Amino acid sequence: MRIDRPGLVLAALGAAAMPLPFMQFRANRIVAGEAMAMPVWAIAAACVLLAIGAFRLPQVWRLGAAAVGIGLLIWLVGDMATGLDAPPAARASPGSGLWLLLGVFALLLADAITKMRPGLRMQTAILILACAAMAIVLVSGHLADVSVMREYAARSDIFASHARRHLLLAFGSLTAALAVGVPLGIWLHRERTARPSVMGTLNLVQTLPSLALFGMMIPLLSWVAASVPGAAALGIAGIGFAPALIALFLYSLLPVVGNTVVGLDGASPEAREAGRGMGMTPWQVLSRVSIPLALPVIVAAVRIVLVQNIGLAVIAGLIGGGGFGTFVFQGLAQNAADLILLGAIPTVVMALVAGIALDLVVKALQR
Amino acid sequence: MIRLLAGAAVLVMLLRPEWMEPLLAPLTRNGAPAIYTQSSLLGLTLLHLALVAAATLASALVAVALAVLVTRRAGAEFRPLARTITQVGQTLPPVAVLALAVPMLGFGTWPTLLALFLYGMLPIFENALTALSGLPPPVAEAARAMGYTPRQRLLKIELPLALPVILAGVRLSAVIALSTAAIGSTVAARTLGEVIIAGLVTNNPAFVVQGGLLVGLIAILLSDALTVLERRVSPYGSSGTRA
Repeated sequence: MRIDRPGLVLAALGAAAMPLPFMQFRANRIVAGEAMAMPVWAIAAACVLLAIGAFRLPQVWRLGAAAVGIGLLIWLVGDMATGLDAPPAARASPGSGLWLLLGVFALLLADAITKMRPGLRMQTAILILACAAMAIVLVSGHLADVSVMREYAARSDIFASHARRHLLLAFGSLTAALAVGVPLGIWLHRERTARPSVMGTLNLVQTLPSLALFGMMIPLLSWVAASVPGAAALGIAGIGFAPALIALFLYSLLPVVGNTVVGLDGASPEAREAGRGMGMTPWQVLSRVSIPLALPVIVAAVRIVLVQNIGLAVIAGLIGGGGFGTFVFQGLAQNAADLILLGAIPTVVMALVAGIALDLVVKALQR
Repeated sequence: MIRLLAGAAVLVMLLRPEWMEPLLAPLTRNGAPAIYTQSSLLGLTLLHLALVAAATLASALVAVALAVLVTRRAGAEFRPLARTITQVGQTLPPVAVLALAVPMLGFGTWPTLLALFLYGMLPIFENALTALSGLPPPVAEAARAMGYTPRQRLLKIELPLALPVILAGVRLSAVIALSTAAIGSTVAARTLGEVIIAGLVTNNPAFVVQGGLLVGLIAILLSDALTVLERRVSPYGSSGTRA
C-alpha cells in the first residue's frame, strides 16, 4: 500500500500532539490548572484513524477517518468533563493537545474532500451536514460540563442578544455598503475621470487601523447626536452600536466599489454591443447584460467584506457596541480563557462558514 | 506630491509632535492633553514596524517555501493542503486569533506575531503560486537546452522571474499587517495601537486621530516604497507586475 505524504505529515503532527495536555482541570476559573491526558484507548483509536489518513486509500476512507476522529475528540471532551463530576465553579477546559488534534483531523478532512473533487451540490451538502452536526452536538448538551459551555450557561440570556448584535453589525454594514457601493461603482464605471479621487479616498480609509476608525466615529457621532435635532432620538450616540456600524460600513466600501468597477469593466464589449444591437436602452444593457456578467466579481467582494466584518465586529466590544467582542475583551481583562473562547469560537465558526458558503456561491455564478 | 506631504507629516508627528498641538487641540475636552506623551511616538513606531517586518518576513518565507514545494512535481500532492492552510489563515479573524492565542502564548508580542503571520500568508502564497506555475514554454525550453538542473532552473530562472509578483504579494501583506498590528495593543503588544487605545480609554479623540493617522500615513509610504522595489527587481522593466 502506498503512502499519502500529506497524510503522513498530518499523522506525524497528530502523534506529536498526543503527549500534550488534552484537557485542563481547575478548581475555579482563575487558579492554575492540572493537565489531564488522553485515555490510552483513545490514543490508540486516534493513531489508527491517523494511519488510515496516511495511506493512499480511497478518499472516502480518509474522509471517514477524519470525520470519526473529530467526532471521537468532541465526544471524549464532553465525557471527560462530565465524568469529573465537578462543582459548578470548577472548569474543565480544552487543552493544547485537543486543539492540535482537532486541527490535524480538520486538515485531513479538507484534504480528503478536495481530492474527491466533489461537485458544487456535494460541497454544499457537506457544508450543511457539518453545520447540522455542530448544532446537534450543541443542542444535545453533551458538552454542558466543558468550561466554555459553563460560561455560556451563566450568560445564556445575554449571549443570544450579543449574537444577534454581532450578526446585525456584520450584515447591516454589508447591506449598507452594497446599497451605496454598487451604484457608486456603476457611476465610476462610466465616469473614468472621477476614479482616482474616489478610489484614492477609499484606499486611505482602508489604511487606517480598524481600532482608530472605530475610535474616530465616537466623537463624530457624539457631535451629531448633540447637534442634529432628532438624531439622538433615532438612537445615534457616540458610544455603542452606531459608531461600530458606520466604521464597518466605511471599511466595506473599497472592496464593493472596486470589484463593481472591475466586474463592469470586464463585461465583454461584444456582449454590450450585442445588447445595444438588439435595441436595448443603456439602462437595459446595464441591468440585463453588464451587471449579470459582473455578478461573480461583485459577489466575491461580498465574500471579502462579510468575512472581514464578522472579524472586525469583535472590536465593537471595545467601544460598547456589543457583539461577541464583549466576551472576548471581558475575558482578556479578567484573564479568563474560557470567556475569551465563548466570544472567539462563534466568531471563527461564523467567519469560516460565511467564507466557505460564499466561495460556493461565487463558483456557482461563474459556471 | 502626496507622498512628500505624507512623508513630511509623518516626520513632524514623530520628531516634533508638539507642532501638531494646534490641529489636535480642538478635539480634546476639559483641557485634556492633545499630544500623547506617555511614551515616545518614535519608539512605538519603530516597535510597530519591527513587529510588522518580522511577521511579514515569516509569512513570506513560509508562503514562498510552500509555493515552491507545491509547484515541484514531487510536492504537487501538498497543493490542496497548502491552499487550505493559507486560505483558512486569512479567513480566521485576526482579533479572534489574537484572543485565542493569549491563553497559550501570554500577552504581548507573540500572539500578535502569530495573528499577523497567519493573516499575511495568503496574498504571498497565491502570487508566488501564480508566478511559479506559469514559466513561459520558450524559457523552460531554453533552460533545458542549457542543461540546467531543476535546482539551477529554480534559483536562476523561476525565482528571479517570479520575484516582482511575489513582492506585490508581500506589499499587500505588509500593508494589511501594518494596520492590523494596531489591534495587538488590545493584548498589550507595543504598537501605535497603544496611542489609539489610550484615546479610547480616556475618551480623548486627539490620541485616536494621532495614532490612526500615523499608521495610515506610514502604510501609504510603505506601499509606495515596496512598489518602487517591485519595479527595480522586475526583469521586464516597470511593467512586470501582474497582481
